[in-house]
Amino acid sequence: MIPIDNFLVLSAILFSLGMYGVLARRNAVLILMSVELMLQAVVINFVAFAVYLDPETFTGIIFGIFVIVIAAAEVGLALAIILRLFRNRQISNVDEADLLKW
Amino acid sequence: MEDTGTVVAFWILAALTVGAALSVAAVRNLIHSVVLLIVSFAGVAGLYITLSADFIAVVQILIYIGAIAILLIFAIVLTPRAGRLNQEGFMLLPALALAVLVAGTMIFVAFDTSWAISERDGFEETATAIGDLLLDKYALPFEIASVLLLSAIIGAILLVRPEGAEEGPE
Repeated sequence: MIPIDNFLVLSAILFSLGMYGVLARRNAVLILMSVELMLQAVVINFVAFAVYLDPETFTGIIFGIFVIVIAAAEVGLALAIILRLFRNRQISNVDEADLLKW
Repeated sequence: MEDTGTVVAFWILAALTVGAALSVAAVRNLIHSVVLLIVSFAGVAGLYITLSADFIAVVQILIYIGAIAILLIFAIVLTPRAGRLNQEGFMLLPALALAVLVAGTMIFVAFDTSWAISERDGFEETATAIGDLLLDKYALPFEIASVLLLSAIIGAILLVRPEGAEEGPE
């Protein structure tokens, strides 16, 4: 059986890759993709803990499904905001949307 | 879950997932990065199968590859000139340092903790139990999730509606 540490290390690597993308990239769609990578890492953790620590109840799997649902809603709304931003101000980089910057 | 085939599959899928995610964070072309993200999602779906969580693997393929990746491609082709000025911002080195720090901390905690591993290994079949739980024990979160999805759909439609369409058709 694969040790649970393998899955935890994998999800830690995926999470930090997503975090690097969110912090370092400037394109809004790329930032959104990096957020999806971070959510993937979270769901991997939930499912791994559900399988290894608690196979009788399905709590981790249910939590993973809800995380996926919220990720889908979040992507739809964020893409609508990105399209709106592009249509109003012709920009798609987050550091150019500085109207509220003091 | 004990044969060597599962172990080999895990390492191949893990290398695929991490390699594709690394390329997503590094590559400049937006369409290329979406394709690499799809490869990474497919690798994660395979990992769920090695974990014997079959239902969430299918959900992963349907929602992430089927819906979210298509939405991302739409967003990229609807924002032309998005590829210009696509380099990293001034936060490159702090972001790199923070990512390495977070990964190191989580890996240390994962190895340092002695997890209470259950004797049973894996699920036999998950879809029936998940369906029962979603309509019984987790019925209220299930309904709230559907309301959330509906409000997200309405909000997205309102946001992307063209300027002159406030009156609606007669």
